[in-house]
Amino acid sequence: MTAPTTAQAFATAASREMTGAEIVVRALIDQGVDTLFGYPGGAVLPIYDALFQDNETHGPRLQHILVRHEQGAAHAAEGYARSTGRPGVVLVTSGPGATNAITGIVDALMDSIPMVVFTGQVPTHLIGTDAFQEADTVGITRACTKHNYLVKDAADLPRIIHEAFHIATTGRPGPVLIDIPKDVQFSKALYQSPDEVSFSHGYAPRTKGDPGKITEAARLIAKARRPLFYTGGGVINAGPSASEKLRTFAALTGAPVTSTLMGLGAFPAADPAWLGMVGMHGTFEANNAMHDCDVMICVGARFDDRVTGRLDAFAPGSKKIHIDIDPSSINKNVRVDIGIVGDAGSVLDDLIAAWRVEGLEANRGALDDWWRQIDGWRARQCLRYTPSTTAIKPQQAIERLYALTKDRDAYITTEVGQHQMWAAQFYRFQEPNRWMTSGGLGTMGYGLPAAVGVQLAHPGSLVIDIAGEASIQMCMQEISTAVQYRLPIKIFILNNEWMGMVRQWQQLLHGERYSQSYSESLPDFVKLAEAYGAVGIRCADPAELDAKIQEMIDSPHPVIFDCRVEKLENCLPMIPSGKAHNEMILPEGDEDIGSVIDEAGRKLV
Amino acid sequence: MSTDTATNPASAYDLSHKDEVENLATFALLVDNEAGVLHRVVGLFAARGYNIESLTVAETDHRAHTSRITIVTRGAPHVLEQIEAQLSKVVSVRRVHDVTRDPNGIERELALVKVRGTGGDRVEALRVSDIFRAKVIDTTSESFVFEITGAPGKIDSFVELMRPLGLVELSRTGVLSIERGAEGM
Repeated sequence: MTAPTTAQAFATAASREMTGAEIVVRALIDQGVDTLFGYPGGAVLPIYDALFQDNETHGPRLQHILVRHEQGAAHAAEGYARSTGRPGVVLVTSGPGATNAITGIVDALMDSIPMVVFTGQVPTHLIGTDAFQEADTVGITRACTKHNYLVKDAADLPRIIHEAFHIATTGRPGPVLIDIPKDVQFSKALYQSPDEVSFSHGYAPRTKGDPGKITEAARLIAKARRPLFYTGGGVINAGPSASEKLRTFAALTGAPVTSTLMGLGAFPAADPAWLGMVGMHGTFEANNAMHDCDVMICVGARFDDRVTGRLDAFAPGSKKIHIDIDPSSINKNVRVDIGIVGDAGSVLDDLIAAWRVEGLEANRGALDDWWRQIDGWRARQCLRYTPSTTAIKPQQAIERLYALTKDRDAYITTEVGQHQMWAAQFYRFQEPNRWMTSGGLGTMGYGLPAAVGVQLAHPGSLVIDIAGEASIQMCMQEISTAVQYRLPIKIFILNNEWMGMVRQWQQLLHGERYSQSYSESLPDFVKLAEAYGAVGIRCADPAELDAKIQEMIDSPHPVIFDCRVEKLENCLPMIPSGKAHNEMILPEGDEDIGSVIDEAGRKLV
Repeated sequence: MSTDTATNPASAYDLSHKDEVENLATFALLVDNEAGVLHRVVGLFAARGYNIESLTVAETDHRAHTSRITIVTRGAPHVLEQIEAQLSKVVSVRRVHDVTRDPNGIERELALVKVRGTGGDRVEALRVSDIFRAKVIDTTSESFVFEITGAPGKIDSFVELMRPLGLVELSRTGVLSIERGAEGM
């Protein structure tokens, strides 16, 4: 290729001069974005116009999904991101558009979901005048984004957009917001591609773990008598290969594996080394193994309070290794012996290499004793429940849903509450990126829009939102989005007519005073589905459950499944607030669960 | 064995460690000079419940577009460690330096001190200011404004001595810091 002449250079420059709105669309294309979730409004009209024109010129290379509420856009982008590993993209207007999206942005921050949010803003000369639909979006979102920008000059847009994608998707992923005043969307500037911009920040997350610490960790694991892997969402975020490496390394060491809510699927539930989920509603065997292990290998988890329970009684006799891409996660809640900053996949790879180079071998004799102890805990069958012939048990509903969908290409999202925990306990995930749930923030209303995002990313797959009758009403409107785009998502509602987890806590902690936790005036979900143009199915008879679930799966349309379940079933086992891992409540049925939690525990969440 | 960290999990949010000794610490931050950067730093302290004892900020390199923030905080050792880690995570923060833990760290503060008095007190105030090498930058027949520079402890001592001599008003810049030696941050 010869050097361009001045005239050619001028021509190229001219063709690359475009409006701020066109720059946004072009940058999205160059970032490989194929889907964005949004809602138009006054302050983003130029971008919507640029999208329209791009569609006219180039066909549908950038699909815009019109949600019904901006919160839905953010959760849909999360579902898209969580199931693909690619960033979710949101486009909303100023003021209420931005504030409505905030719940989803915080959710993405808490669960480390890569997301780029574009918000319109009033024209620069009106900023600060309390203009119509003006909100201090960058001010409001500074605390709930990984980074954010207010763009004052269209010339900065290419750099800022490419930088935003880089920041959102690298290191510990998270949401990045770009606030673009309307005049900036109209004004012209030169476009620059991702290769042409130079980033203005010193942002450079560390991905490679310290080799010395990795060798030290490998040796410690080899010497362990009661090792345990405690893995989290970081393994999922590190990509499918990280899950592969986890499986390899776990097999080398012979250690059992447990995971946080966010990490489900990184290690296959079918593997004999899988102990089930850890934490407040984790299994008896996982929690006891956490308490009694002598070497804990934490990979991409953050010692969240739902996992640790009482901190001063947390895994008291253990040496702890913590692998995390976020240096501030290490020693934050729990002091560890070896902290390794790095990408979960890269560090696991290096651990496997160190294990082989050092010629390490697991202590098989000690491991046999450890597994015998674990089998003793497993024999307690902490997830057992008593089936009934007259009412569907919620656990049974999930078990049957799993049995009937496990050979499908299935993706599961959830809302928040009892149904979420039952899904985590009874749906057995074998692969990463199949499980989308709001873990850190605990956002009711997450699951339905997330399912919309997942289904768009995986058009031929079976996408099910396991929901509760209370949660589902928080973003119910997004069923309309599913109908519009012919997304055959299945909303499987465990309808017990209660905000089940609230009711359970009121039973445990507040003397069975059920304050405002009953779902009065529930809609007829079957008619509601029909009103939206979806399919409604109701089932209350255990004998009909399988056939009705099959009917749901076979439907080519979006379905709302109203599964009427036992109303007062509690979600067990449970580590009560303020208790240690080895003080779980089990589903014995004869315990007075109202007296288990003491005064100090009552004050915790 | 009881002092082993493995059996004694210390954490920034572990309530059982509330009695731990808190220390002052000075962090020097090199940040991108852009709108809202101070809010990012201050907001982090507010959101996570850390104290701010003093704070100074100004642009220090116009061409590199960087400012320097010096922030004095207080906390137990593991809290200070967490503060440093959290500050380092902010995208606009280029460098974090723990000045207190650095033997080569120098800290200085400037204060303007207004003292009102006549007779013996006035003479004593002037005499003390001389000992502290404070400058008189304004005077009336019954008052002085002193300018004093030094480590925060020196300024504290000066202020305590001025209090009985008629201290009226005090204005302090907060701590600034730099490292000894030829190397820059």
